[in-house]
Amino acid sequence: MATQDRLTQWNSTGETASLRNRKNFSSSEKTVVSEDKNCPPVAGHLTEDDTQSSNGTLAQSEARERVSNRESVAESPSAAVLLMLVVGLSFSTRLYKITEPPHVCWDETHFGKMGSYYINRTFFFDVHPPLGKMLIGLAGYMTGYDGTFPFVKPGDKYEHHSYAGMRGFCAVLGSFLPIFAYLIVRDLSQSHIAALITAALLIFDTGCITISQYILLDPILMFFIMAAVLSMVKFNQLAHRPFTASWWLWLLLTGTNLAGAFGVKFVGLFVILLAGLNTVFDLWRLLGDLSLSLVDIVKHFLARVVGLILLPLFLYVTIFAVHFVVLNKSGQGDGFFSSAFQSRLIGNNLHNASMPEYLSYGSTITVKNLRIAGGYLHSHWHLYPEGVGARQQQVTAYLHKDYNNLWRVHRPADNESQSGTPDLVRHGDIIRLEHKETTRNLHSHLHEAPLTKKHFQVTGYGTNATGDRNDLWQVEVCGGRKGDLVKVLRSKVRFLHRVTGCVLYSSGKTLPKWGWEQGEVTCSPYLKETPSSQWNIEDHINPKLPNISLSVLKPHFLEILLESHIVMIRGNSGLKPKDNEMNSKPWHWPMNYQGLRFSGVNETEYRVYLLGNPVIWWMNLASLGLYLLMVTVASIALQRGFSLDQKRMEHSHVLMKGGGLLLLGWLLHYAPFYAMGRVLYYHHYFPAMLFSSMLTGITFDILLKSTELLLRPPYSDWLQRTGLIVLLFTFLYSFYLFHPLSYGMTGPLAHEPGSAMAGLKWMDSWEF
Amino acid sequence: MLQLPLVVTAQVDLVLVLVSLLGLWTRLSHLSYPNAVVFDEVYYGPFVSLYMKRVFFIDDSGPPLGHMILALGAYLGGFDGNFVWNRIGAEYPCSVNVWSLRLLPALCGALCVPLAYLLTLELKFSHLSALGAALLLLLENSLIVQSRFMLLESVLIFFVLLAFFSYLRFHNAPSSSWLRYSWLLLCGASCGAAIGVKYMGVFSYLLLLGVASLHTWNMIGDRTVSHLSVCVQCVCRFVCLLVVPVLLYVFWFYVHLGILNRSGPHDQFMSSAFQAGLQGGLSRITQGQPLEVAFGSQVTLRSSTSQTIPCWLHSHKANYPIRYENGRGSSHQQQVTCYPFKDINNWWIVKNPGRQELVVGSPPQTVRHGDIIQLVHGMTSRYLNSHDVAAPMSPHHQEVSGYLDFNVSMAAQNLWRVDITNREAESEVWKTIQSEVQLVHVNTSAVLKLSGMSLPDWGFHQLEVVAEKLFKARSLGWTVEEHRYGTSQEQEEREVELHSPTHIDVDRKISFWAKLLELQWKMLTVKQDDSEHKYSSSPSEWITMETNIAYWLHSSSNAQIHLIGNPVSWGVAILSLLAYQLLAAVYLLRRRRGFKDLPDGVWSQFVCLGCVCVGGWLVNFVPFLLMEKTLFLYHYLPALCYLYLLGPALLEHTHTHLLSSVTHRRALVVCASAVLFSAFLSYRTFCPLTYGSPELSANQLQRLKWKTTWDILYRRR
Repeated sequence: MATQDRLTQWNSTGETASLRNRKNFSSSEKTVVSEDKNCPPVAGHLTEDDTQSSNGTLAQSEARERVSNRESVAESPSAAVLLMLVVGLSFSTRLYKITEPPHVCWDETHFGKMGSYYINRTFFFDVHPPLGKMLIGLAGYMTGYDGTFPFVKPGDKYEHHSYAGMRGFCAVLGSFLPIFAYLIVRDLSQSHIAALITAALLIFDTGCITISQYILLDPILMFFIMAAVLSMVKFNQLAHRPFTASWWLWLLLTGTNLAGAFGVKFVGLFVILLAGLNTVFDLWRLLGDLSLSLVDIVKHFLARVVGLILLPLFLYVTIFAVHFVVLNKSGQGDGFFSSAFQSRLIGNNLHNASMPEYLSYGSTITVKNLRIAGGYLHSHWHLYPEGVGARQQQVTAYLHKDYNNLWRVHRPADNESQSGTPDLVRHGDIIRLEHKETTRNLHSHLHEAPLTKKHFQVTGYGTNATGDRNDLWQVEVCGGRKGDLVKVLRSKVRFLHRVTGCVLYSSGKTLPKWGWEQGEVTCSPYLKETPSSQWNIEDHINPKLPNISLSVLKPHFLEILLESHIVMIRGNSGLKPKDNEMNSKPWHWPMNYQGLRFSGVNETEYRVYLLGNPVIWWMNLASLGLYLLMVTVASIALQRGFSLDQKRMEHSHVLMKGGGLLLLGWLLHYAPFYAMGRVLYYHHYFPAMLFSSMLTGITFDILLKSTELLLRPPYSDWLQRTGLIVLLFTFLYSFYLFHPLSYGMTGPLAHEPGSAMAGLKWMDSWEF
Repeated sequence: MLQLPLVVTAQVDLVLVLVSLLGLWTRLSHLSYPNAVVFDEVYYGPFVSLYMKRVFFIDDSGPPLGHMILALGAYLGGFDGNFVWNRIGAEYPCSVNVWSLRLLPALCGALCVPLAYLLTLELKFSHLSALGAALLLLLENSLIVQSRFMLLESVLIFFVLLAFFSYLRFHNAPSSSWLRYSWLLLCGASCGAAIGVKYMGVFSYLLLLGVASLHTWNMIGDRTVSHLSVCVQCVCRFVCLLVVPVLLYVFWFYVHLGILNRSGPHDQFMSSAFQAGLQGGLSRITQGQPLEVAFGSQVTLRSSTSQTIPCWLHSHKANYPIRYENGRGSSHQQQVTCYPFKDINNWWIVKNPGRQELVVGSPPQTVRHGDIIQLVHGMTSRYLNSHDVAAPMSPHHQEVSGYLDFNVSMAAQNLWRVDITNREAESEVWKTIQSEVQLVHVNTSAVLKLSGMSLPDWGFHQLEVVAEKLFKARSLGWTVEEHRYGTSQEQEEREVELHSPTHIDVDRKISFWAKLLELQWKMLTVKQDDSEHKYSSSPSEWITMETNIAYWLHSSSNAQIHLIGNPVSWGVAILSLLAYQLLAAVYLLRRRRGFKDLPDGVWSQFVCLGCVCVGGWLVNFVPFLLMEKTLFLYHYLPALCYLYLLGPALLEHTHTHLLSSVTHRRALVVCASAVLFSAFLSYRTFCPLTYGSPELSANQLQRLKWKTTWDILYRRR
């Protein structure tokens, strides 16, 4: 208190009044009374100059004042009680019934499985970066899960396997969300009421509870997002004490959490953008501060480069390094990666491989496209359907290892089986490729390809070596000359069709159902050298030739890193909505249009349904509109130069600064989904929902405080308090109504009487 | 008293007149050469023909104004719509007035040149800069090519430039004059027109709105203006810049729908109600149908329009296979499918479960919301049935079949409840075309719907129909399209009756707004399969013009037309963009540190230049980076025009504010003239590829291939 008084004396009288007012609000909202009457509203002494200048001494004193204020907010005893309350409620709601239901729910089938992969050290492919799954694996490992549960499909019983540890880990991270939100809002608005509303919104939201309770990436992702925002806000508040220990701490924490968020899912990019924009504004402000020398500014700039760029980058790369070191056994994701990449994996046929060095006639080979995630040349006993070119056997590109990827190299004429050393294939040779399983020849002709209409169709044709002229292909080593040998794994090879002159090509498009959704292989008349038309020989089996070791292939770490990113991005954009799948649209989300079924469909099953508490979500939606309205009114009032009293000025300031940051966060986490082509789900909205809830807290707080404009002090205080109580009670009651959604229900469905959710199916699109 | 002498003083900017004339000359000379279909004329031409014949069509490439402008040209030239636009290079017959077809886009293209001049003046730069901008635009080969044919880019550019010019004219006018609001009105109108020509216009419109709201915001902050005046000005701006464009946009559709009142090839995309408003086509069939469905009615049921392909509920004499390929069993009853073509097997009879007759009683007993019905297939007399058997392709839904009794204790479950989804808007009575109906299975409360899958060979690749228990989307219903009251009791008679066309009489219309919404929605959602094109390119190639497009090649000689820009001006454009950004960054940083290099007036002029020109380039270029559709070089032209305005203005800025010594200034002037002259030379060089004449030899063509990535055609002799 003493420091505060001294500070107060420094400041002008107007600010004294403001300080006292704020102190009243912050120190205890249970006894919000009294002194307001003593301070007559200070009208219009702030001129335009005051409001616009954020430089120099005034800014500093202002900042100092805010700090003292902040400390008073944080230090008062009721603050600690409130915080404890939030912590307790948050953990208890998330950890309640954590082991129910005892079977695999929804995407646990993926992420649980991937956690097991880490424990088993098996390599796999996923479209998300590895941190989240690594943490899940670690949590499982620490709590005694042995990685043996197969996680085949949702609904499988866990039985004796220990799964609670992994769920508990996610739930604990999820429990931090309301706490972080509470702290962020308290720091942004200097108001306990706003913080309390926000925390209540998140604690009692069934959607947030549900999504935190299972083995999913989202609680981990949101934990890092919120932690990053919190540290960023803390860092912003230390702006007046640069280069102190706590300043560095929050800066580095921000960077760490950014790396964490990006390391769990690429959605973390949005919070990086938020932090980036915030930093740019911050630097811009510093640049305009003429009391700082250029050297200082450069120091500021470099500190941020280190804390927000270099450190996260380093951490992110480290995560991948750990990922690659841990996963050293071959698994089912191998085929997505290049031959060089696979040679790292124990158990892969390319690991420490030895095979004949040069391609020769009579060998059995697999041919892999050079485009990343291009696939193996593949054929099977199915014909192209009617109306798609000639009705001959399909030739496709297939990402997985399969015996149908095997081809035999033959001379054009004879099906030689002579003894002795086989001849080697040379650049310019004419060969015939016979599919080992079906004995059809690789064939092309002047029919249009199934998807890429300007290319020619490639089929399997003929049986047992009898075919026609269209089965002949000329081998061309890229950059080679006539007579060059074809090196296995290392040479880039193109196959030119003899008759039509086209080149064997993998278009990267996915065939429809009839082609088993494998990749399209065509013969392209455009002869440009692109990875799509280049292939390499991966497996090479010829018992008549001596094998050599191929350890030269081992790729560099950075190459692996780059390749795995390209494969992930390809995989992400390849997640296109299927024709008949119900695709969730971004505009559905804020209005809580439709949830996700986590577990159970029928009456007898244990059903969990991911759906936000509609009261809370609709309130969030409404408060977005309300916020925009309030901020418009406030900024027009400021722009027109209406004289506002000190309190209103502060409220406008919180609305524009704090609210603006949160609105930006919401936009960044929501708007980009409109531009995404990949398949979208309801749970993608949850990070944005956190920002929206925090904005709601601030908006309602200021709305309540603005009742002072309408009523005289004692009544307005009563109104404020009733308002707050009604709000909190509404959240609690709606949570009571909807809690079976997250904690599970059995028995009849909601549209029948006698259900736990009877009468609560407010929208027809909810499926519980 | 009349004062004599009567005097009229007129000021004519001769430079303006000169550039206008030059613009007209470069764009309009030999307009009807080549007398053949050039490039996208093959795309727009059919629409022009359809306008002439007043036949309805949907085009997802843009709103109707652009097409209507092309059609207006055709109409003025007396085109009768009888020309088949089947391939690029097809010769026009002499009955087609090619000159008039191409006149309007060419005029718009020509007028862009003086507009660039005026716009630079409104940006408060000198006449010399304005002349420079106009000349750059004038000598740009790609703009010339794009203007001289039946294409829409030049029209779009014209309206966008006009919008900015008139807005700036409004902004620069003294605030006392009320005449300036006519400029604002013109601005709103040209925004509406720009959006009406191509959706791309939206981005420029948004930029203009941004600039305008910034200015308005400053005006609000101006405390010397009274509150009342601020309110009035805000309302005026709101009306002119928001209401007027929207109204105009709607108006284009009004005209479009007013003109196109005959049915045509794209009818099937639209709902039955929409089609019924078109002459011929469905309205010819449905004209005079009884309105209200009654027990005994013979109907065809069309699945609701939210599906991409329309189809009708169908059944035929073929059963579900006993076992499917994957080993699952079926009921082996008669198949029920959805069939995308009109067919005799699409007819169903609405039967009252309580009565045996299949004829309409007198008076007809109408079917209402909530009634229980049976549906009898007209040709095979099977009842529409569903039961707890997994559907063939989507096993989580129920199978729907035409009931056959195999005596396997599988009782018929063929009662359906009529659930009219739009009964609030229409009525409780089931009406032809207007009512959207869900058929709810009484035993299982599952809903009849399309699953979206097609059946394999045994189902003749028709679409699968299933009954779904937990039904989500409300909009998926069925509408009765063809309808008549059944009169024949016997099966043979009924078959004859089903074959006969329906004819009786009623007239019905849906409102313009319903039509507008439906059409706009269809235009935005109808997807053409993205076809790879030989000359398609990616946005990153445009900046340095790595690509070109061959528009036309003479059928026997080497004469050809290409979309190739003027490499010199193209370079000037991109250099000026970079220079502006560099300069702006330096100015901004220095201003922030308290060094005011420029006086405030000059600074705001500089900022305004950046907002309009660099902003214009950004909003017309960046969206393409995010688009997934097939893109061409001509999509870059609107963005390029902004850069041509930027270059000369930036030069003037450098001349007056950055260079202080006279020699430097002179050097700059010399450089600028040299660049302009070389732009002229390269314009001359590429003229043969721009105008398609004179014919060049293979060697000369080879020499014009300045970049290896360009694709210039040589005819083998």
